[in-house]
Amino acid sequence: MLTVATGNKAVAAAVKEARPAVIAAYPITPQTEIVEQIAEYVSSGAMAAQYIPVESEHSAMAACIGASITGVRTFTATSSHGLLYMHEMVNWAAGARLPIVMANVNRALGPGWNIWAEHTDAFQERDTGWLQVYVSTVQEAYDTTLMAFRIAEHEDVLLPVMVNLDGFLLSHSMQPLLEVEAGDFIPPMHLPHAIDPASPAGYGTLTGPEDYFRLRWDMERSMRDSVPVIRDAHDAFARQFGRSYGFLDEYRCEDADVVVVAMGTLGMEAQVAVDQLRNEGIKAGCMRIRWFRPFPHLDLKGRDVVAIDRDYSFGFGGVIARSLQATERAEPYSVIAGLGGQEVTYDDIVGFVRERKPGEECWFGVDAHV
Amino acid sequence: MYEVRIHSRGGQGGVTAARMLALAAIRDGKYATACPFYGAERRGAPVVSYVRIDDRPVRVSSQIRNPDLVIVLDRSVMDTVDVLHGIKPGGRVLLNGTMNGDLQGHRTYAVDLTGIALRLNLVVAGSPILNTPVLGALAKMGIISVASAKMAISEMFTDERNVKAAEAAYQELML
Repeated sequence: MLTVATGNKAVAAAVKEARPAVIAAYPITPQTEIVEQIAEYVSSGAMAAQYIPVESEHSAMAACIGASITGVRTFTATSSHGLLYMHEMVNWAAGARLPIVMANVNRALGPGWNIWAEHTDAFQERDTGWLQVYVSTVQEAYDTTLMAFRIAEHEDVLLPVMVNLDGFLLSHSMQPLLEVEAGDFIPPMHLPHAIDPASPAGYGTLTGPEDYFRLRWDMERSMRDSVPVIRDAHDAFARQFGRSYGFLDEYRCEDADVVVVAMGTLGMEAQVAVDQLRNEGIKAGCMRIRWFRPFPHLDLKGRDVVAIDRDYSFGFGGVIARSLQATERAEPYSVIAGLGGQEVTYDDIVGFVRERKPGEECWFGVDAHV
Repeated sequence: MYEVRIHSRGGQGGVTAARMLALAAIRDGKYATACPFYGAERRGAPVVSYVRIDDRPVRVSSQIRNPDLVIVLDRSVMDTVDVLHGIKPGGRVLLNGTMNGDLQGHRTYAVDLTGIALRLNLVVAGSPILNTPVLGALAKMGIISVASAKMAISEMFTDERNVKAAEAAYQELML
């Protein structure tokens, strides 16, 4: 039955449906509701899993790694400073080829101390070998969390997946949610390099340059191989449950002269801006990036591009704007907006498009559109 | 799209009121979202939550700037907060308490939610429950149906006094 849930509760409900064997987690705002809800599922018997309340995020990921290497399904959730505190283990999980699923509720990094939405936390993990996906609604958070297990555990992938949702804007927003029975959508996990705890034997001692290099190439090959696996997961999900997703969520782009590129809730808010611009006679469209790793192809040729970054790479630029320059040779109007939860409305996005200056960078509220 | 802003104090159940209003609208077959504004809120501090109701999926996550309806669960917040800020021309107001006349030309409805809760002994941790009776008032104003209001309350609370409180508010609100 259709109900109302927060983004956090939706993620927890999807995890329950995916039936991981081990959850190891440490609370942090605005993610805490996810691990609290899962703890409640486990203590009430609604979930048959082992819940390990650890003393830090570093330990949370370490415990997930230890569990996952025995071949069982694992999950954790974190945010912001918690994600950064587990950074070393985040890298390890990918290198050890463990299909761990983690929800990251995007939040700014201190100082100044700030608990609101920003994507810079997850971007600091973008080169670790994790797949990264960003969602924009409660239903999408639920659906994508289910898909994440299927994709991570696929034999052609065997890389961890990070599901990102905007702090408060989505983690605490209450929206319609329809839960599903996952059934065979997520097949039983099979880890070819699992360690048998009854007869434990490990690997991973000192690895020489030649083997190390091959292991890295194998990670990238799997990242590339994840593209058809993700597509297949989208297709299977649409067939089984009737909701369609892509690498991008494209909105009114067919004949668009100007395209807004954004992620998360801003990418959904931008659709309303596009409708408003269309009413004014401006042929606008929106591409919301869902899968950030592997980075998708965006058809931007011959169009103006307005890239909205809720992030920044100091001394370099907005990460999405720079990515589009690198991959699509686009000359975006780069808008830096929404850092630390700065309020950005569809009216503001209309302003970005109207006043776009291709190739330039604008800090919303500082440079222009004040 | 119909946009509602709820003013209350931390701990008075404003967020749950927003959630139940959204749920009732969904039971009416509409689309709805509810979101609290998270700032430096704490128990007793003035807080705001938002509800959007529409005939199509709601795609907006930003705060509501121009509400169609302002609900004030605690009149004392009006000493420090301009609850009418940005209200649409023709926008309405629902107040907890008694009221004579309209607020700055905005049609204003009043019902004593606190009195209803106290009468039914609907009190948790010393605070009267305001968020279930307010659904009755919203049904009377035609924003949600009576059936959906009761459904939303029953889905969230097992204590039948919550539905009774909503019925009382429905009776007592004068249109």
